[in-house]
Amino acid sequence: MRAFMLTPIAACLLAFPAAAQDTADLLNRMKAMEERIKSLEAEVQTLKAGQPAAAAAVVLAPPVAPAPVPPPAPPPEQATAAPSLGGAAGGASKVFNPDISMIGDFLGAAGNSGNRHTPSLEMHESEVGLQAVIDPYARGDVFITFGEQGVSLEEGYFTFTSLPGAFQFKVGKMRAAFGRVNTMHNHILPWTDRPLVTQDLVGGEDGIDDAGLSISRIIPAPKGLFLEGTAQLFRGDSTNVFRAAQRSDLSTVEHLHGYRDISESTNIDIGGSYTRGHSPYADGSNQLFGIDATLRWKPLRRSIYRSFAARSEFVWARTAYSPGLVASAPGTLTATPFGYFVSGDYQFGRRWFFGARFDRSERGQCLPTNPETTQVCAVNLSPGFVAPPNPLVQDTGGSLLLTYWPSEFSQIRGQLRRTSYGEGRTANELLFQFILSMGAHGAHPF
Amino acid sequence: MLAAVAAHAASKLNVVTATEDLAAISREIGGDRVTVDSIAKGYQDPHFVESKPSFLLKLQKADLLEVVGLQLEIGWLPPLQTNSRNSKVQVGANGYLDLSQFCQILEIPTGQITRAMGDVHPLGNPHYWLDPENGRRIAKAIQNKFSEMQSADAAYFAQRYADFDRRLNEAEKSWDAKMSPFRGRKVVTYHNSWPNFCGRFGLQVAGYVEPKPGIPPSPSHTLELINAMKRDGVKLIMVEPYFDLRTPNSVAQQVGGEVVQLMPSVGGVKEITSYFQLFDYDINLLAAAFAKLK
Repeated sequence: MRAFMLTPIAACLLAFPAAAQDTADLLNRMKAMEERIKSLEAEVQTLKAGQPAAAAAVVLAPPVAPAPVPPPAPPPEQATAAPSLGGAAGGASKVFNPDISMIGDFLGAAGNSGNRHTPSLEMHESEVGLQAVIDPYARGDVFITFGEQGVSLEEGYFTFTSLPGAFQFKVGKMRAAFGRVNTMHNHILPWTDRPLVTQDLVGGEDGIDDAGLSISRIIPAPKGLFLEGTAQLFRGDSTNVFRAAQRSDLSTVEHLHGYRDISESTNIDIGGSYTRGHSPYADGSNQLFGIDATLRWKPLRRSIYRSFAARSEFVWARTAYSPGLVASAPGTLTATPFGYFVSGDYQFGRRWFFGARFDRSERGQCLPTNPETTQVCAVNLSPGFVAPPNPLVQDTGGSLLLTYWPSEFSQIRGQLRRTSYGEGRTANELLFQFILSMGAHGAHPF
Repeated sequence: MLAAVAAHAASKLNVVTATEDLAAISREIGGDRVTVDSIAKGYQDPHFVESKPSFLLKLQKADLLEVVGLQLEIGWLPPLQTNSRNSKVQVGANGYLDLSQFCQILEIPTGQITRAMGDVHPLGNPHYWLDPENGRRIAKAIQNKFSEMQSADAAYFAQRYADFDRRLNEAEKSWDAKMSPFRGRKVVTYHNSWPNFCGRFGLQVAGYVEPKPGIPPSPSHTLELINAMKRDGVKLIMVEPYFDLRTPNSVAQQVGGEVVQLMPSVGGVKEITSYFQLFDYDINLLAAAFAKLK
């Protein structure tokens, strides 16, 4: 009986040291795990300090019980935990993939087009963008447009961002720095179309867009004034603007851009441009001189509700052409058309913009435009053919616009456009446009 | 001696920050050894800043660019960096500091994310500076970076951090005391800018004036919000200074509540010139509003 009573007591007495030993073991294991966690945290911080900032952020503590997080520190010298083995999972290699975006531009038109060949409904363009940092010295930006007529490279260039002396160098195919409108992709225009002066004199939607080299520099200027000079050298092929018959028919573009903040809400941009290349219509040159100005107002406290932008560009051209537009024909004439536009866009609500534009542009009556307007000229190589005269004619137009932004990734636009062509035709049209954006399209320059 | 003073002035770190909040903390740590300038103003929506060429002139000369990260600046900062002609401030360079790496980030989405959810932040909520503990982490990261770039002043920066930390500890006691009577209270906010602030001070966000991030209020959503606020007894609407007050005022009138225009950033109003004053201002405003609504 005594043994029976004593046995459980002895068992309990023996169990206490055993339990104490278990507790001690448990505490030691918890301490070792705590050390392991600290070591892993330090390794993560070290790795993250060496990675680009676009990597995912780290949750350091659960929201309900926030705890102080140790600052980044090198791994402890006397780590007792085993090192973690193996690299990141295979999916991590996708971190170097470029940012991919697609912007769709659907256009519709109704009314009397005045013989201008624009379709009633058109998936006008889908622009695919691929943008990435290449290395510590350069980045790449490629924009491919898919239209109903085919695929083209709108821009594909590499920018060297780390040159000394405030220089920046670009190489590739790019929209030339002539004025402002020529640099804009379709989806960032505040209209469904391009102004008449662009269509008549600067290659229309295709614009001066060519393969070449570009160097620009921020020029030292008085305080508060931003001054940038750009010089570009291109192959010399831009539809309706330049044509390179041989390698030496390069074209050049020079642009001086000045900017000043008038107040925190208002600023002004003024630019001067010059470009010269081989004429598409004669064995001679085509030269364009341009002045552009943009005035913007956007009160910072109400920037998502109110803004105003006034834009204008003036272009003078000196275009060599041959009789009948046959480049090999003897005799070279020169057309000197002038054109301009003035526009304003006012944001009157978070999602609503109202705009207006006035256009006036001369053109040689026989010189092509983009889009095409009907020409009365015919090219004829037969002996005795007398080429018709190519006087300057003047096109005048006006537009009223209303744009609705369901979100910052989509736009719906309506435009009432009236155009009086120099040949006496008048077009009255209603145009409408849907622009939708997918993916990570980088912000365009200001 | 004049040469020494000139040399000292010349060796100041030139810091450009994305927001006034980072600038304020940088001034706390950097003192007279740094010059600090912010691109975004405290009273403007930091998602929609214009990439003006005048900012290029600031960035061109910067030694260090501090960003909030988590794609808060994705709509405007990359073209400024690319065109700054300054290799020091490019992403991943030594003069580029993303403070989100050092902070507690809330609301990191899991599962599928699409823009059907509005203008979501796929890497987590970027308004993390509105928790004083994150302010401490930001300050520590800035101290480490300043010390790395200007090692001769490391002791100075460490002493400035210690002082900032001490003052922040004191200030937190005062803020906790003021907010403790209101822990557990429900609020509605205009945009989802306040999860860190509300989590820290014990407020529960019961809804938003925006139906989805970046989408303006619609009549149907506003009606749902009013009904929900009446049902749950929510009376307070917190609105940032850059949003229109018409819908919040109308909702507040329907529920018998109040709209409070809180500042999410230093510089939101003239009197908020420091990180501490940001919380002083907002907490005093909230405490007064809650007291009035009880």
